[in-house]
Amino acid sequence: MNNEAYNFAYLDEQTKRMIRRALLKAVAIPGYQVPFASREMPMPYGWGTGGVQVSAAILTPDDRLKVIDQGADDTTNAVSIRSFFKRTAGVQTTTATSEATVIQTRHRIPEVPLTEKQTLVYQVPIPEPLRFLEPRESETRKMHSLEEYGLMHVKLYEDIARHGHIATSYAYPVSVEERYIMDPSPIPKFDNPKLSQNAALQLFGAGREQRIYALPPYTKVVSLDFDDHPFEASKANHVCALCGAEHSYLDEVIVDDEGNRMFVCSDTDYCESRRAQGLTGKSAA
Amino acid sequence: MNENDCLLSVKQLEKRYGPHIGCQDVSFDLYPGEVMGIVGESGSGKSTLLNCMAGHLKPDTGEVVFNTRTEGLRDTVTMSEPERRLLSRTDWAFIHQHARDGLRMGVSAGGNVGERMMAVGARHYGDIRRTAEDWLERVEIDTSRIDDRPATFSGGMQQRLQIARNLVTQPRLIFMDEPTGGLDVSVQARLLDLLRSLVRDMNLSVIIVTHDLAVVRLLADRLMVMKSGQVVEQGLTDQVLDDPQHAYTQLLVSSVLHV
Amino acid sequence: MYVSVKGGEQAIENAHAWLDEARRGDTNIAEINVAQIREQLSLSVNRVMAEGSLYDPDLAALAIKQSRGDLIEAIFLIRAYRTTLPRFGYSNAIDTSAMACERRVSATFKDIPGGQILGPTFDYTHRLIDFKLAAEGNAKKASKRDNSVDKMPRVSDFLNREGLMEAVIDNGDTPADLTREPLELPANRSLRLQSLARADEGFLLSLAYSTQRGYARNHAFVGELRIGLVDVVMDIPELGFDIDIGEIQVTECETVNQFTGSKTQPPQFTRGYGLVLGQTERKAISMALVDRAMRWEELGEDDEGAPAQDAEFVLYHSDNIQATGFLEHIKLPHYVDFQAELELIRQLREDAETNLSNTEDAHEQ
Repeated sequence: MNNEAYNFAYLDEQTKRMIRRALLKAVAIPGYQVPFASREMPMPYGWGTGGVQVSAAILTPDDRLKVIDQGADDTTNAVSIRSFFKRTAGVQTTTATSEATVIQTRHRIPEVPLTEKQTLVYQVPIPEPLRFLEPRESETRKMHSLEEYGLMHVKLYEDIARHGHIATSYAYPVSVEERYIMDPSPIPKFDNPKLSQNAALQLFGAGREQRIYALPPYTKVVSLDFDDHPFEASKANHVCALCGAEHSYLDEVIVDDEGNRMFVCSDTDYCESRRAQGLTGKSAA
Repeated sequence: MNENDCLLSVKQLEKRYGPHIGCQDVSFDLYPGEVMGIVGESGSGKSTLLNCMAGHLKPDTGEVVFNTRTEGLRDTVTMSEPERRLLSRTDWAFIHQHARDGLRMGVSAGGNVGERMMAVGARHYGDIRRTAEDWLERVEIDTSRIDDRPATFSGGMQQRLQIARNLVTQPRLIFMDEPTGGLDVSVQARLLDLLRSLVRDMNLSVIIVTHDLAVVRLLADRLMVMKSGQVVEQGLTDQVLDDPQHAYTQLLVSSVLHV
Repeated sequence: MYVSVKGGEQAIENAHAWLDEARRGDTNIAEINVAQIREQLSLSVNRVMAEGSLYDPDLAALAIKQSRGDLIEAIFLIRAYRTTLPRFGYSNAIDTSAMACERRVSATFKDIPGGQILGPTFDYTHRLIDFKLAAEGNAKKASKRDNSVDKMPRVSDFLNREGLMEAVIDNGDTPADLTREPLELPANRSLRLQSLARADEGFLLSLAYSTQRGYARNHAFVGELRIGLVDVVMDIPELGFDIDIGEIQVTECETVNQFTGSKTQPPQFTRGYGLVLGQTERKAISMALVDRAMRWEELGEDDEGAPAQDAEFVLYHSDNIQATGFLEHIKLPHYVDFQAELELIRQLREDAETNLSNTEDAHEQ
């Protein structure tokens, strides 16, 4: 692929205009899933085609792009998407969260608070929070339009009845501005509080399912729960072995054949900048 | 009593299936605490009528005026679908003949009873569960079964669970479609007994469709007899059953062994 | 000290190099060229064009070469290329009754005006491995009839003349474009057919087969199956007249299905329809059966709950590019979500053990 053969950021201008229209509608109705005519992208469905299309539609030549997968800049799919935009849009890229204007993510929200100058683009596999309770799209759209959400709490009730806890640990459903119930994409529930009142614009793209939705800056987002079983943003009860962070989301890494484990920040940029400041954990000799 | 006291007022209701009449020219008022029985053979139009009143079918002409809590009298036929669906999960309840149609078979008994509470905003797990237990007791289901799915219940238990699930939010009007229809005779008697005490204790307003005169004799204050889509006779239950005026009613009554 | 694994970029580059090498295979064996694939693996080329929704045999052949013969991968390459192409406009509807037929058979009549033409079919071959082919056997020269003869009338038109076949009315609506608008339900027939035309052959085959075995059985006969070349004509507004911009090969299948009727309408045969790019006969017949099954509502038939009747189910699961992408994405890293699950299951097990020991304590007291 050479740069001249394709339009800026791969998609043709007509397609971008169509996506931008869907984005505007999504921003106007926070949490509502807007259908859009998703295109086949040169990467498979499930690899982030929704997020890529949203990024392609909003990128400008002055943007600085960061791409993370599982919180890390160096995971293979993040590397692949970043190099796609480097090649097709020629935009600057960065791994520093604070320097990025557009951040495309799969499964995480960065630890450092975002600003009004930033946009966070999520890759979404299944945008419909009611999907596993009701498989029919025609029915779930009706449930949203009529605000019939009782079933969602039935699911949480059943969890507690069976396990004593709400047994949803990621893609934890939220209510947006007390209207639409939304799937926040498969981020761990630890990240859910960051969805609410976030200064950045948050855009969600589901390519295969042909849906776009959005949370404008400072939108109120509440994780569903019961009064006597309140939502908890849980994580592994450890500190990062590399940077000593106590309140970041941690990956568990198996370090030897005996199954010994250590816990390190999943947000690689966060961890590295802490270490650059001289902060250390017990394994960072 | 004036019109404003009335809970439901059906006016000139008509539903056709092409040239065939489903029900025609049906009008009546239902007052709070009253049980109206609708009887007739299969094909007489009683289920069509019930489904038109409950919003499952759209009548061709006529009104179904309900006395809503907040806005007084409203024609439910012309109200928007969201309003009607809200009504059917708050002030209305519908007991299906087959419990499977009215239950979520993949959800525990407690979840089934709790669903309507959660749909209208209940957010305290402990309270929901206590209320569900209370209701299971009231419909004579052992509370130890609260976390079991209805698929493991007998037919009679499933039907009692469906009743609990519907009554938990204290609906003001209950539609029942042959509630004892699919059950064995011995099970029917027990269910009928339960229904009668619930109707009395809770002062329920009910419209019940059945082909079984024994059911209406036990439950209904008033009776409508339907034939070929038309109401041929209506009045107080005892009056209609003991002194039927219309030839069709006489035939119906005489064909039933004494109850 | 622990250092997390780096070098995703390098790993990807290495993998791509290896893929390239594996695609080429043993370099002592002559490299296959695109023209060879186009000419000698033409049915693969046809399938890639059909499901890729792009008529370009050379490009499809190249995609097959690039994908090491993985046809779904080749279809994917074509789709991704197609989506970036500029749209100059829409052609007129092709006229399949003016098709230059290479093959044309009807199961409903012994003989039909214009004749039955078997064409290049496997139908009556004995499926015996031909070992001579391994030694590069030369193909026989076939004697063919001139297929540029007059229009061949459609079999359904004969039945139509008698009023035995349901009429198909063109309501003049411009069909929606599935590649430009999101699929929304309920989908009308033209949208359904559009979706089926690019659907996965294997998926349609199984669904069609299920209708034959009784899941929404609709008693189909192949009224007519024809394969051949049709002209593609475009109206150029600037010129003010139509221009023939080329010809394409298509396969068309019309099935004649069990009749329905009502009090107001006398019984009539109904139709199922399949039209696919290239010589893709299995797909076209499957498409016609599935199309017919999905028409239950408009024809007043019962909902049997059969998979082939369920338009939402069929349309949402028939695209192999969507399906394979979502299926295979579960091999991408999911360790963040898995970590959340790990924490949860540890907590649940801990709670369960605490409960258990509490009850045991209670028993001992």
